[in-house]
Amino acid sequence: MSDEITGNEPGQEVARSDGSTKELRPGEWPPADVEHHLRRTDTDPKAQARAVRQVATMFMLSAIMVVLFIVAFIAIPRDAVVSIPFIGPISALNSAMGLTFGLAIFLIGAGAVHWAKKLMSNVEVVQERHPMKSTEDETELAADIYEVGKEQSTWAKFPIIRRTMLAAMALVPIPFIVSLRDLWIQPADVETPSLELRRTIWEPGMRLVTDITYQPIKADEIPTGGLVNAVPENLLEVQEDEENLNARAKAAVIVVRMLPEEIQSQQSPDGEDWGYNGILCFSKICTHVGCPIALYQQRTHLLLCPCHQSTFDLSDSAEVVFGPAYRRMPQLPIEVDDEGYLVAVSDFPEPVGPSFWEISRP
Amino acid sequence: MSTEQISGFEKKGASAATYVDERVHSNSWLSRNLNKVFPDHWSFMLGEIALYSFVVVLLSGVYLTLFYKPSVVEVIYDGPYIPLKGVTISEAYDSALAISFEVRGGLLMRQIHHWSALFFVVAIAVHMFRVFFTGAFRKPRELNWVVGMTLALMALAAGFTGYSLPDDLLSGTGLRIIEGIILAIPVIGTWLSFFVFGGEFPGVDIISRLYGIHILLVPGIIVALITVHLMMVWTQKHTQFPGPGRTDKNVVGYPLMPVYMAKAGGFFFLIFGLITIIAGIVQINPIWIFGPYTPDQVSAGTQPDWYIGWLDGALRLMPSVEWIIFGYTISLNVFIPTVVLPGLLVTAAIIYPWLEAWATGDKKEHHVLDRPRNAPTRTALGVMAITFYVVLWIGGGNDIIAVGFDLSINFMIWFLRFALIILPALAFIITKRICLSLQRRDREKLLHGRETGRILRLPTGEFIEVHEPVNSEEKALLESKPDTKPLPEPPETDSAGVRNPKYKSGRRAAGLSRFLYRDTIEKPTEAEMHHGEQAVEAEDEFEAPLLEREEAMHIAHDGSVLAKPAVDAPESATDTEDGGSDQS
Ligand code: HEM
Ligand code: FES
Repeated sequence: MSDEITGNEPGQEVARSDGSTKELRPGEWPPADVEHHLRRTDTDPKAQARAVRQVATMFMLSAIMVVLFIVAFIAIPRDAVVSIPFIGPISALNSAMGLTFGLAIFLIGAGAVHWAKKLMSNVEVVQERHPMKSTEDETELAADIYEVGKEQSTWAKFPIIRRTMLAAMALVPIPFIVSLRDLWIQPADVETPSLELRRTIWEPGMRLVTDITYQPIKADEIPTGGLVNAVPENLLEVQEDEENLNARAKAAVIVVRMLPEEIQSQQSPDGEDWGYNGILCFSKICTHVGCPIALYQQRTHLLLCPCHQSTFDLSDSAEVVFGPAYRRMPQLPIEVDDEGYLVAVSDFPEPVGPSFWEISRP
Repeated sequence: MSTEQISGFEKKGASAATYVDERVHSNSWLSRNLNKVFPDHWSFMLGEIALYSFVVVLLSGVYLTLFYKPSVVEVIYDGPYIPLKGVTISEAYDSALAISFEVRGGLLMRQIHHWSALFFVVAIAVHMFRVFFTGAFRKPRELNWVVGMTLALMALAAGFTGYSLPDDLLSGTGLRIIEGIILAIPVIGTWLSFFVFGGEFPGVDIISRLYGIHILLVPGIIVALITVHLMMVWTQKHTQFPGPGRTDKNVVGYPLMPVYMAKAGGFFFLIFGLITIIAGIVQINPIWIFGPYTPDQVSAGTQPDWYIGWLDGALRLMPSVEWIIFGYTISLNVFIPTVVLPGLLVTAAIIYPWLEAWATGDKKEHHVLDRPRNAPTRTALGVMAITFYVVLWIGGGNDIIAVGFDLSINFMIWFLRFALIILPALAFIITKRICLSLQRRDREKLLHGRETGRILRLPTGEFIEVHEPVNSEEKALLESKPDTKPLPEPPETDSAGVRNPKYKSGRRAAGLSRFLYRDTIEKPTEAEMHHGEQAVEAEDEFEAPLLEREEAMHIAHDGSVLAKPAVDAPESATDTEDGGSDQS
């Protein structure tokens, strides 16, 4: 920040290329050697007076806007709605406050810029620049000071101090990093994150219930071609118990029904039927990066993820037929219980949701 | 200080200044800086827009913290928004709804906050382009380029963390995707995700953790970096566009006090006011419509904010590849587009100033900006990067486009995959050509002056078009073109015949440099310039008597009369053809 002071001597003059000279006041930079355009406000006193009026008016209007803001704040009810052309309906209070407050601020800016443009000097001036590089002398002095300091510090003299200090400095952040360990407080019954990710709350005999009314689902209530969003029957209890939505984030499923002869394959290793009369159940959580999947085309049995369009063929083990997902959507083996309600046979045999490093480890 | 007209108020101010000065030596600083010169150009306001919208972000954000509750404890909604009455929602969402419907001015502040955040990110991006395309990042400003890039990343971090706070359906979906991305990081991903979310997704910690990051950590870093950024701008003084009298050794513009103060200060109010007005009438992020977040719901067709959209596009365009190595899984389909790709691009952008300096061998200080056409390779690289970004961004909306144009998603994906490779390359080539042809035109203009459209017939019967010398401002602009030459071939041996150990790497560098920088239109030499000036003068001589006569006869400038035979022209054979334009 070493800008030189323009302590011009009184009466100091600069020459301009058109032969004229200009007297500089102390603190004034020499004008740039470009044509100086005179504005109307420079030549016409009337124009100048008009500009002055305009600037003052803007500042005054700003103050008026503040008053209007307060009026709006008090007078307009919170639930009134106005419709703004081309934009649509919006809270009346909001737009009145936004307009008055916004204009109050804007007019100050408009006044200041107008003032600068019309009335303040519009002469471009020149200031010198200096290279960023320090002078030789400065650099040398800095080096000398460094040498003196180094010697006085005994840094070079006792290497053992140097080394132990560097080692200590390298180690001292470790306690902080270690303290971050409990960003996840590991429950006693959880060994590793990857085991946790593999499990859902589905278990043998657990009923499927709809995700909104939590009613158990009778097999014959599902029409062929239909799709039902379902969750495990104890989900609400678990949610209440754990006070989080983790169980839901893994256990959500979709149940679809197709004609049994339309099913080409299922995920059971030995060709066993994991469904019931053409009813199949799959995870709802995309194996790509975990969006819940919602779009199902009953004619083609394709399940489409709205996030990045991964597409899975539910009639063919939910294999990926298109899109960035790599793993198929895990199937939940189901059957019906004595009362005819759909229940899970077991938890998901394959992990649900996005892939992770240890996912294919046994 | 002059003694005329000092008001009582100013006297008080002066004694306050003295009081402070006696304690912190401030008058010395003022004497050096109060009249600091700032060059004027509309594009220099882009950084200011970023700065001012950040101030607006801070002010509105502080207001929001007074009402917002970063908690996912479940409550039953009981506010004035009827469709959600009785629904179980998180306290965070509940408080965001209260800010929108119950707190007077709350919705306005929420919308000011969101709008100004958008202004902030857009302004940073455009500011960055200005800095890039004009070469403002060159020595001595490379470090400020790095500070700027870090600011840009912080702005994205601020945007993303803020987006997640209301805990509505959109923000939760965004977080879920982030979890998927973290899980895809090899080796540490699974554990990292558990540390970030405090266990499994979504857990109960993420909102309050993001809150701390959003309102303290990221803004703190941004404030610190802006301070460094502006101190560097201050110390190095602002760059200027080429023009008469502007050199690398001076700065031409208006002094801080008063003109720049009034303009820049006023501009802050303009931006603040504009954002407030927009926030008053244009709704943004209507969280009540999306509903609360639950991990098994998603609303189709929702789009992330534009600055995240390109990563979404990258996720969509990436083919489905997953490797299993020694039993461990690497999700390349997620890891490459969301971690590797942005990582590489950001790194390339950060080190670009050094890359360019290395490839051109340019070690000089630059304070006069380049016109983009005069740095064709750089300009072409920039346009190439923008094209790449735009293709990915379109990829992020491919479903909407596919539906809109009745195309299959499959077609869209393949089309965009090819486009992602071909279009940026095309953009590079075309941009470079355009730059070079603009350079050629500049050279013509500099040599032969401006074409006037007036045609003369010479005594020899030949037709010429009259040129006028360009004015001094334009001339300075045209002459500003730097002479770029590729790096020279390194010598194979030194003068003593010893083999140059750096010969090989030097040759490779020279080869790259030649490929990138060989195309340029040479600046006219002194002799050519002289020749050109003479030609223009000669034309003028031919034309002068005609113009005089025209003036004397007050011929209207419609050109038609000029076709009459010249009455008193010395060379009677000189004639004008209708040029159709006047000689202003
Ligand atoms: C928080 C965001 C940012 C703020 C508030 C900010 C603010 C400013 C301001 C006010 C200036 C001076 C006026 C101007 O040239 O526009 C400036 C200059 C500069 N900015 Fe930024 N900026 C931001 C981000 C960036 C980014 C993302 C980059 C590039 C990667 C960048 C690189 C630069 C450079 C190199 C200069 C010096 C330019 C010159 O002197 O010509 N800034 N910045
Ligand atoms: S999350 Fe389903 S395709 Fe990406």
